[in-house]
Amino acid sequence: MSFFLDSLLAAFHLIVGFDAEVYLIAWTSLKVSLVGASLASLTGVPLGLLIAFTEFRGKRGVLLALNTLMSLPTVVIGLIFYGLLSRQGPLGDLGLLFTPAGVSLGLFFLALPLIANLTIAAAHGLDPRLALTCRALGATPLQQAWMILKEARFAVICAIAVGFGRVISEVGVAMMLGGNIRGFTRTLTTAIALETSKGEFELGLALGMFLLIVAFGVNGLLFLFQRAK
Amino acid sequence: MAGLWVWVCALFLVLSITPAGFAAERLRMATTTSTENSGLLNVLLPPFEKANNCKVDVISVGTGKALKLGENGDVDVVFVHSRPAEDKFVAEGFGVDRRDVMHNDFVIVGPKEDPAGIKKAKTAAEAFKLVADKKVGFISRGDDSGTHKQEKIIWKAADITPSGGWCVEAGQGMGAVLQMAYDKKAYALTDRGTYASYASKLDLAILSEGDKALHNAYGIIAVNPKKHPKANYALAKKFIEYLTGPEGQEVIAGYKVGGQQLFFPDVIKNP
Repeated sequence: MSFFLDSLLAAFHLIVGFDAEVYLIAWTSLKVSLVGASLASLTGVPLGLLIAFTEFRGKRGVLLALNTLMSLPTVVIGLIFYGLLSRQGPLGDLGLLFTPAGVSLGLFFLALPLIANLTIAAAHGLDPRLALTCRALGATPLQQAWMILKEARFAVICAIAVGFGRVISEVGVAMMLGGNIRGFTRTLTTAIALETSKGEFELGLALGMFLLIVAFGVNGLLFLFQRAK
Repeated sequence: MAGLWVWVCALFLVLSITPAGFAAERLRMATTTSTENSGLLNVLLPPFEKANNCKVDVISVGTGKALKLGENGDVDVVFVHSRPAEDKFVAEGFGVDRRDVMHNDFVIVGPKEDPAGIKKAKTAAEAFKLVADKKVGFISRGDDSGTHKQEKIIWKAADITPSGGWCVEAGQGMGAVLQMAYDKKAYALTDRGTYASYASKLDLAILSEGDKALHNAYGIIAVNPKKHPKANYALAKKFIEYLTGPEGQEVIAGYKVGGQQLFFPDVIKNP
């Protein structure tokens, strides 16, 4: 039991000690995850609504593809974007490899299919008469979307929370595209991997607890949104 | 609801004005986990960063991946430990200005009881042979790191191709491999620095050391600017000069963990 006790103590020291490096790591994690998950929400939710409420050829193919993309390992996303962002790659001139922005880009693609998919599921869970009523009352497509979004608020925010949870907890993209650079792209998850590889298990677990606290903060905010009328 | 939106927008504003150090110039260095994990870089880099008003971004991976990043031009300089792979990297035109920087050594560790009796072996190859003969268990890094490359060189010297259940390819870092060796009562090749930091946690003993084949030399190579014009060659060159100059060599010689010197400078032996 001393392992867990030591980890808990280490976590406590990390948090109340205001160690600048640890806070920078947590900040980097929060930053890249929020940017990645927000962009994924801003595109994934409208995309999901669009797919849910329009009929087009190959819709089932798109749904299947989205479902399949959810299984994409994070390291593979890291490798794909490494190929694109490497100095020799097609997007090499942007200089995004091994920067927080590069990590956010990878995280965006990680969360996108997840959020789009769950939004589709949320929209399908609604009473089908809602869209009909809106249309009958002469609502523009944008107004309709807003009504649907408001009605499906609970499930859509849950989709965003899942997307955020996925990106802040993953390590493959952050390691491959960020490079775990101290003081620059080191995130909580890559720091956990590093400390674990060094045999500092207690410190690794302590950082994990810190990550949960950060996630708690973000989810608290999302919770407020869910409850808001 | 509107109030919440204002809060979120404010949060994003704060997020966007982040101090995420677009400070001065940046030098990207790919290096091995052993240099980073030993803590040496924490004392080696700051004087250089200060003197040149730059920031050195360290990407610590296995030697194989470090050289690959150099090959693709994603870093400016590589600091690794596998002479044959380094020479190949330079010969193929990916790197220039290779210099020896420092060395330490590998040791063969295993359970204290030494079931294969490798203590009496005179060379590393002989020790490996005994392990293979007795089939007592050997944990290989299996990740194309500098240490893994060294394992392969020693197996070759022993004229053995390790195969069968007794030889486990872990595919993980040095620390994890030592952990496995301890758990499975097996042997492993490790750099002395990593072993030193684990010695208190694991009941593993150094059973073979001192052979020439266990020499672990670190070299630094700049990425060839002719291949990758965007690589920061000027700063890479300055960094190589610093590492191999009196100032860098002195820092290396003076770095101790638990009173033990981990790396020995190669350019200036007694700075």
